[in-house]
Amino acid sequence: MISEDMTRDISRAMRRLDAVDKSEGRSKYVSDYDFEDCLWARMVRSGISRGKIKNIKLPELPEGYYWVSYKDIPEGGHNYLHMIATDWKCFADDHVLYVGETIGLIVGPDKTKVEDLRDQIEIEYEEQESANTIDEGIACKGGAFINDNNIHCHLKLETGENVDHVFKRCDKVVEETIETGYQEHVYLETNGACCIPENGTYTIYASAQCPFYIRKSIAPVLNIDPEKIVVRQTVTGGAFGGKEHFPDVLCGPLLLAAYKTGKGVKMFFDREEDIENSVKRHPSKVVFRTGLDKDGNILAMDSKVYYNVGAYLASSYVVLQRGCFHVTGCYEFPNMRTEGFGVATNNFPSCAFRGFGAPQTLFAIETHMCHLAEMYGIDPLEYKSRYFIKQGDNTSTNGKVVEKVMIPEMLEQVLTASDYRRKAGEYAYGSGKGIGIAFYNHGGAFTGNGEQAIIKAKCRMHKYPDGTVEILNSQTEMGQGFHTIIPKIAAHVLGIPVDKIIYKDPDTSRVPDSGPTAASRSTMIVGRLVEKAALQVKERWNEEEFEVETHYEHPDGYPWDQSTFQGYAYLGYGWGVCVVEVEVDPCTGEVTTKGIWSSHDGGHLIDELIVHGQVNGGVLQGIGWASTEVMQNVKGHFKQTSMSDYIVPTSMDYPKQECFFVENPYEWGPFGAKGLGELVFNGSGAAYIDALSRAIGKRISSIPCPTEQVMLYMLEGKDIEEAL
Amino acid sequence: METKISFTLNGKKVSLSTDPLRRLLDVLREDFGCTGVKEGCSEGECGACSVMFNGRMVTPCLIPAGAADKQEIMTIEGVRETELGARIVQAFADGGAVQCGYCIPGMVIAAYNLLQDNPDPTDDEIRLGISGNICRCTGYDLIVESIKLAARRGK
Repeated sequence: MISEDMTRDISRAMRRLDAVDKSEGRSKYVSDYDFEDCLWARMVRSGISRGKIKNIKLPELPEGYYWVSYKDIPEGGHNYLHMIATDWKCFADDHVLYVGETIGLIVGPDKTKVEDLRDQIEIEYEEQESANTIDEGIACKGGAFINDNNIHCHLKLETGENVDHVFKRCDKVVEETIETGYQEHVYLETNGACCIPENGTYTIYASAQCPFYIRKSIAPVLNIDPEKIVVRQTVTGGAFGGKEHFPDVLCGPLLLAAYKTGKGVKMFFDREEDIENSVKRHPSKVVFRTGLDKDGNILAMDSKVYYNVGAYLASSYVVLQRGCFHVTGCYEFPNMRTEGFGVATNNFPSCAFRGFGAPQTLFAIETHMCHLAEMYGIDPLEYKSRYFIKQGDNTSTNGKVVEKVMIPEMLEQVLTASDYRRKAGEYAYGSGKGIGIAFYNHGGAFTGNGEQAIIKAKCRMHKYPDGTVEILNSQTEMGQGFHTIIPKIAAHVLGIPVDKIIYKDPDTSRVPDSGPTAASRSTMIVGRLVEKAALQVKERWNEEEFEVETHYEHPDGYPWDQSTFQGYAYLGYGWGVCVVEVEVDPCTGEVTTKGIWSSHDGGHLIDELIVHGQVNGGVLQGIGWASTEVMQNVKGHFKQTSMSDYIVPTSMDYPKQECFFVENPYEWGPFGAKGLGELVFNGSGAAYIDALSRAIGKRISSIPCPTEQVMLYMLEGKDIEEAL
Repeated sequence: METKISFTLNGKKVSLSTDPLRRLLDVLREDFGCTGVKEGCSEGECGACSVMFNGRMVTPCLIPAGAADKQEIMTIEGVRETELGARIVQAFADGGAVQCGYCIPGMVIAAYNLLQDNPDPTDDEIRLGISGNICRCTGYDLIVESIKLAARRGK
């Protein structure tokens, strides 16, 4: 069944290697293991947004039950989790900075008893005024708690001439603010992990994207060599970035609990706990000041990008950087100045979510471009196309676009399939019908020379005497299909059947660190290392048993300065065009999506069926973000705490999508492939809002935009053509 | 508190003594090892834990164990052994329906529930049939196509 015809193009669909086990319910996710004799743990968390812990009143703990807190950290150990930055505390000490901050664990043999004990704990606080929105953070409401200005991190980029000088010769300079909200991942499997101690080493089983991240992050808690911690990824039920760093927040406390009790300790979140107390996509606010000539041509653009980082920085500086690099979207503008601010608030820290900061600025620039066009009475598509970036053009970091940009070809595909030109002409603004379009990209892999300077990915391949070949690296399967495409790449190079290839879920004691499964890097970077390893194995095929190791090497001639963010940020981008058509009920504001068309450039695709699934899922997640996925935060408390009130798309909400691709092989990718997993999220929200905005004839500058909001816009919104 | 509960699970008579107010979901997973029954939302919203209960799809996260007494339950562990269940599994694999897989056993049950009554459903009927099952990965299109494939292969 899993035979793959090697004479066919690698793009042709192959059956996923995990599909039958998953469909039959045989795959074991972390909560499906017995972990016999392990204790149960439940987290005790802060119930307030900011304040001092005055007293923790514990119930009397029966024999065999434990309270674990920062006080149990052994001498020399550190009370932090290493998630790029090292500010996120493993346990709160005498202060709490957000609702949901880990204060301690209750651990014991009976699950129900553990829950009872947890519910009896009383925590007395001295509450302080908190800052929860971007504006409150900037205003240092309650007093700054990070630096003296609540700015966790900041960066500035400039291209061309100083924009203030250019503004002086502009016909007008318009200002517009675009905002996006929180988004919850809603991976179908909630977070869970188990830590088992044995002779000074600890084995962690976790639903996670990045096993080596966990090891590095939590080892400082006990001040032990990361090698003493073995992380085994269990089958992971979705992640989308939500299990990139966040598993550390479970595993750090579990490690300490295992150290204290000498027993294995397991913890699984239920859905309410998971939604209320996990990382989300950063809310954002982008303030554009755009200088225009009398015909509406853009002469200069100043953008200020604010992300709500929450209480701890963790990975957010990198998210903000990617956001700022993508603020120019698929365009080249003559003069740009972009400043990014990671704003500290007393909210649950924000973290990775598919797109990693790029979707917010891409939504902002697409929406701003539409509004500029409409203000001048120019068709948004025509206006945007004046600025399309091409090979060799300047990027936001003064690098060049290395590859051919096939936006014109992709555009033609979706325009024809959607009948865009006719519909855009026929559907008058405010007619209840609208069609919208968005352009987007996503820089593949870590920024600049990060793959070489920071990640240093390694991959091994082992040939056994029986002719089977094992691939060893740390990339995880989380639904995206990686554990099918990697054996497929190796099989195609080696010319052996896929079932002769062994590729297991990573165990950090067996595999080299090939970097995190994140940043749309796995296929592009690690896939290439596997391809190279397979070529070496093929050369030596007649040897009975041996192992090869390949290392990432950055191509010469594409400099990057990480201190100034100047140069070639990305060698290869994924590119996308999406068209969405909607109809709006004039009485209820209900939106019906009539069609979704997209075209993507992911280089030469490794598996068109897997990619098709990525496109469908990513595009829908993007529309969910822009429409129904409302996640409010009031004084630090998330208001939507279940799958009943946080509304993700169902099978009834959107029509079947039409997907197209272009053939654009990437020079440094395996078989010409490049990253695509995040790209497919990055533009559908903007296309949906463009369509909706035209259908109701009102300007929309903030998402999500659920039905209630559509009604409000219809009743009192600004007309689409009104001057900014 | 403990009550003896007997029911048919995947074609076999089973019984246990337990608190009748425990969730049927926990009884199936913990007492009978049916870990293909996945807990997703704990409130009947996502369908990941779907099982067949007297021939109809239900979410056992909302059902007390006592309600199973003298009833007939089939989980994914049983459905996969049926001709229709196996056909759906194979079609899901061929049609690209599976990504992270966590919703998929429940999705197979939803497809089984639909196709047992309606062997040749339209796209709309399929979308309605799986509307109680949330998938965050696939955007549903390839699941719908895979169910169509399963239906075609049954002709």
